[in-house]
Amino acid sequence: MSNRSKLIVTGKPFRYDQERDVEFERLVKRYPTRESMILPALWLIQEQEGWISAEAIAYIADRIGTFASQVYECATFYTMYNLHPTGRNHICICRTLSCWLRGKQEIVDYLKNELGLKPGEISADGKFSLEEVECLGHCGTAPVVQLNGEFHESMDVDKLKSLLATLK
Amino acid sequence: MEVKILSAKFDIKDAHTLEVAKQHGAYSRLEKLFSMEPVAVIEEVKSSGLRGRGGAGFPAGLKWSFLPKGLNKPVYLTVNSDESEPATFKDRFILVRDPHLLIEGIIICCYAIGCHDSYIYIRGEYTTQVKALQAAIDEAYAAGYLGENVGGYGFKLDVTVHRGAGAYICGEETALLESIEGKKGQPRSKPPFPAVEGLYGCPTIINNVQTIASLPYILENGADAYKQYGTEKSPGTHLFGISGHVQKPGMYELPLGLPILDVIEKVAGGVLNGKKLKAIIPGGSSTPVLTPEEAKTVTLDYESMAAHKTMFGSGGIVVLDETVDIVKLVENLAQFYHHESCGQCTPCREGLGWILKIVKKILKGEGSMEDINLLVELCDNIEMKTVCVLSAACTMPVRSYLNKFRHEFEAYVKKGASAQADVKQG
Repeated sequence: MSNRSKLIVTGKPFRYDQERDVEFERLVKRYPTRESMILPALWLIQEQEGWISAEAIAYIADRIGTFASQVYECATFYTMYNLHPTGRNHICICRTLSCWLRGKQEIVDYLKNELGLKPGEISADGKFSLEEVECLGHCGTAPVVQLNGEFHESMDVDKLKSLLATLK
Repeated sequence: MEVKILSAKFDIKDAHTLEVAKQHGAYSRLEKLFSMEPVAVIEEVKSSGLRGRGGAGFPAGLKWSFLPKGLNKPVYLTVNSDESEPATFKDRFILVRDPHLLIEGIIICCYAIGCHDSYIYIRGEYTTQVKALQAAIDEAYAAGYLGENVGGYGFKLDVTVHRGAGAYICGEETALLESIEGKKGQPRSKPPFPAVEGLYGCPTIINNVQTIASLPYILENGADAYKQYGTEKSPGTHLFGISGHVQKPGMYELPLGLPILDVIEKVAGGVLNGKKLKAIIPGGSSTPVLTPEEAKTVTLDYESMAAHKTMFGSGGIVVLDETVDIVKLVENLAQFYHHESCGQCTPCREGLGWILKIVKKILKGEGSMEDINLLVELCDNIEMKTVCVLSAACTMPVRSYLNKFRHEFEAYVKKGASAQADVKQG
């Protein structure tokens, strides 16, 4: 179960940029109820800002015309919605069954040492954040790492080293 | 052993584009489709024996025929592309390598059931996959295969991709519907079944990606051609994902009914690095484990799996070699299911947490024989006492490990945390 509850108040108003504004209006026509826009609207925020603030939740509740509590419910239930900023490079390591069998722990240990981070943490300079996640659906090429949304399959420490070297 | 029906275009360069897909037959079945009565399409699918490829194996055509007739309400198709069961990695190949096969399948299904709005629910983690799928849908719209007048046959169909956001439970069909409606993914009580009261309270069919992608072949070649593959009760082919300790892990399309050990040996190259086989998880992490002795008579079809008190599931086969510590594996799985419990039902929300705590205690060498019995008792008190089957997806395999590998749990109790050394020696 998700144990995420805290929202960050930025003190600044939120609104979609023009691209997301257009996409919101395109999508809203596809559903018979406006509430169906809650998940897509949260994704649009995350695409734009990288994470979802208290103000952003209020903004889409008003825009959809629903209770902020229902938006909050979804934002906290679905674990891919970031409720705080991530590092510029967000690294997710699959921890489940096949990746576990094929050596995900070596990957986690290496990253812990190299970056000085534990899963769930973000580096002081904001360059990296690390997360252990549940099955990513790439079990045939385990272990798998997802870096900023891109999949990197059949990972080992050497491949990881060259990958990290390319990052800013 | 491999056959290429669903995967026929997987190795063709750029087959995800409309142009190349069309050169290889995409959308060529629409003429035949729209010359048929919808009911005839349903009959053909029924007759093919195609079973739902999401895990439950329910006959697809039969499911469609449960839609109530003469209701003045829209009918919806939602395509389940949540693919979150550990060890399952098949549908994403269709999404990325042949998305037009899926779209054509959606057109076939929607025409058959009278649906004009379809939603594809895709797991949030599938970032590159969702882009590939959306690009194909955009191309299909631009070419007139979706929209107001599908293929020029006067049929209206909109297809919308709805992204999940990291919740395994949304692969459960009613949680999936809740999620599309803008709620947290907590399953509904059944009945009413979605075919009667589903999305927005309307009749709804929910099918897995692979099920829908099987339709173009069946429509083009007929039910009998499809039934040439597989067994009498489990006809056709399946995209099997083989992972864990094998030489050649990967996704393979095979007819149903092949002996599981032959497939591991001949298709996946056998156990990794010549080690000894310890056990096989036959169909995703929620299916009860098989010992090598049991596996000797198991074939990859629904009936054989049931006869061996396990399940065909999603076709995700995991091979465990002799070095695997079963107690640690149970910890890994219990953590997954505990984390993914939606929290609605107490036995699941609390019980899976207790399973995890007790397994951790045993691993630390602080467990007693009573704790092992307590795990079994917990399974009894959780299973089938919840709205959906997520809790059983944890207790069924846990029970199987407790039954078949009890000595490994006992070793931890007797010898403490050092028991792992014994495990590795077999």
